[in-house]
Amino acid sequence: MKKSLSSTLFWIAISLLGAAALGGIALNRGEPVNALWFVAAAGCTYALAYRFYAAWIAAKVLCVDTSRATPAERLDNGHDFVPTNRWVVFGHHFAAIAGPGPLVGPTLAAQFGYLPGTLWILIGAVLGGCVQDMVTLFFSTRRNGRSLGQMARDELGAIGGIAALIATLLIMIILIAVLGLVVVNAMKHSPWATSTIAATIPVAILVGLYMRNIRPGRVLEGSLLGVVLLLLAVAGGGWIDHHPGLRALFDHPALPLAWMVIIYGFAAAILPVWLLLAPRDYLSTYMKLGTVILLALAIVLMQPTVKMPALTQFIDGSGPIFGGKLFPFAFIVIACGAISGFHALISSGTTPKLLANERDIRMIGYGGMALESFVAIMAMIAATVLDPGVFFAINSPAGVVGKEAATAVATISSWGFPVTIEQMNLLAQQMGEATLFARTGGAPSLAVGMASIFGSAFGQNLIALWYHFAIMFEAVFILTTLDAGTRVGRFMLQDMLGNIWPKLGQTSWYPSILLSSGIIVAAWGYFLYIGVIDPNGGINILWPLFGISNQILAAIALSVATGILIKSGKLKQAWITGLPLTWLVIITSSAAWEKLTSNDVRVGFLAAANNLSSKLAAGTLPPEKAAVAPTLIFNLHLDAALALFFVSLLWLIVLDMLRICARHLNGKPVPPLSETPHQATQLEEAWQRD
Amino acid sequence: MATRLNAWLQRGWRVLRQLSGDDAYERYLAHHAAHHANTSPLPRKEFFQRQQQQKWNGIKRCC
Repeated sequence: MKKSLSSTLFWIAISLLGAAALGGIALNRGEPVNALWFVAAAGCTYALAYRFYAAWIAAKVLCVDTSRATPAERLDNGHDFVPTNRWVVFGHHFAAIAGPGPLVGPTLAAQFGYLPGTLWILIGAVLGGCVQDMVTLFFSTRRNGRSLGQMARDELGAIGGIAALIATLLIMIILIAVLGLVVVNAMKHSPWATSTIAATIPVAILVGLYMRNIRPGRVLEGSLLGVVLLLLAVAGGGWIDHHPGLRALFDHPALPLAWMVIIYGFAAAILPVWLLLAPRDYLSTYMKLGTVILLALAIVLMQPTVKMPALTQFIDGSGPIFGGKLFPFAFIVIACGAISGFHALISSGTTPKLLANERDIRMIGYGGMALESFVAIMAMIAATVLDPGVFFAINSPAGVVGKEAATAVATISSWGFPVTIEQMNLLAQQMGEATLFARTGGAPSLAVGMASIFGSAFGQNLIALWYHFAIMFEAVFILTTLDAGTRVGRFMLQDMLGNIWPKLGQTSWYPSILLSSGIIVAAWGYFLYIGVIDPNGGINILWPLFGISNQILAAIALSVATGILIKSGKLKQAWITGLPLTWLVIITSSAAWEKLTSNDVRVGFLAAANNLSSKLAAGTLPPEKAAVAPTLIFNLHLDAALALFFVSLLWLIVLDMLRICARHLNGKPVPPLSETPHQATQLEEAWQRD
Repeated sequence: MATRLNAWLQRGWRVLRQLSGDDAYERYLAHHAAHHANTSPLPRKEFFQRQQQQKWNGIKRCC
């Protein structure tokens, strides 16, 4: 009795603190806010949701059964199905779901002010993203760790399975292109960043050779060696930057850098995994975990002040970083960190094969996503602690604010966000860069934000090192996603091509590897190329498309989950996935509608294409722009077709799910539940002793 | 006190090795001895190669 009273008081205190923190940041107008309030609001929201909502879902909706043997126990084969300690599974799961997405999205969405993004990250995660990850993990665990695509086919029918496959392949292509663009914008005319990122390739190869030939399988030794070499590469980049001869070797405009990224992507896809991909992944995982912990510590220690207003005038759709109103674009731009469909692929991939007991599903599925959402909150803090004028100067593309520094600062200052050329020059000099203007994409402004937080916590004189460390850290795992994504895309394509000519389906046949890797790299390379030559800085086009495709994958996962819940007789509780699904259908449909029909040339693909065609016909374009205009016009039409295709795919699968559910509720035959039968666990006793 | 700290450190080290896959071969040997004792296990190098190849045959990293 006494214990329950103290626990009640504890949760009341958490609720009050959370409400006060959220209320404080939501109602504040014009006063600078201490970033610690964001941390408090986020921490309390996740704690309450985890303690009550997730526990309720686990106990009452999913009916988690701790006496049931998991696939890891029943199918234990010593390599992919292995019952594993839950903290280890949590680590693997988090390392797999946390990519660069939650760092970039919130940084871009900060153009609306700190409030919309922060609220969406918190609410979207606890009601949407965490639920999606958790229920997908649960359903896959009950189905021998089957993938989302297989579950869609088994539970809804062939249409669902094909839709999931196509959505996955397309999202991968758009994702890689946009991430490639983020890296290119960070390396553009920056010898320090370019040389450091280039050095990560030989470092990874060295680590790969070490782990394969010198000391086989000594992962920790190899990783430690790699991390030390990467840190040396950051410092060495500074030396190269000050060396007049070497400097020129790494000083390139965007287009040649894009070509290098494309060539690198192709090479990484056809090289054996142990040489580049696997060692790079070890390094990026340690970098990621280390940096996230360091950033959390620095924010708590330094308590930086958020200078961005709660809302900016750009909620009307005129924002410089990407065009479009607060609704629906804030919810599209922040996908990872609030709800990310890609996670459903991990939750129905490796993770369910490692779970020792179903009781770990809440911690790994719900808790893992809550932690990812917290990373997004930290990215939001790092973006909004910058002076808003500086934030917009770094992130606004030249096509919007003007090519010359003087015009750019005048435009940005006229919006009410004062910034001066001297301020920007001083900042660039501190960071060891020639300029920080028009570095759209989120990585550089995040790096400036992180460098200033780290600098104030761990020493100002190292600020240029911190900046390039942050750039290197983002680039390392963006390139990991690029390598791994190209490879997965290649396998999926080989699988599809195998239906036409079986030989092409052999994943180790070299001509098939070259052909399918070439097709995948050409697909994302095309979008990367277009993004680089786009006068409005590419991100404006590509990031919303990526957000739409990722949300649509989430909608597919939630459709599968809702279908299974209704078929299992849980109609009354199906709102737990039905509610986020409805919201995703609303935002992705509205966003696609705006992208197709808006008259604003920075929002509507077709409006932009028509505008460019008429300018081209009238001969008002300068010659260098007229030369690329036909490509841009074609691409805008392609983007419009892609948006239409995505949203049709979404409606197809949602309507198909509703059809199955209606049939089930009317007592007509539907594909049966594919859950494996109950088998009692033998592990429990051994597990408790450990 | 010292022994408890020591036990904690050892546990942390075990989790770190398991998380990174550093102890994968030892775990494989244990599994092999328990389930397939009649055949000889793969040498360390071959095991590690096969494991890496298998690991990257699916979706392992996210956005």
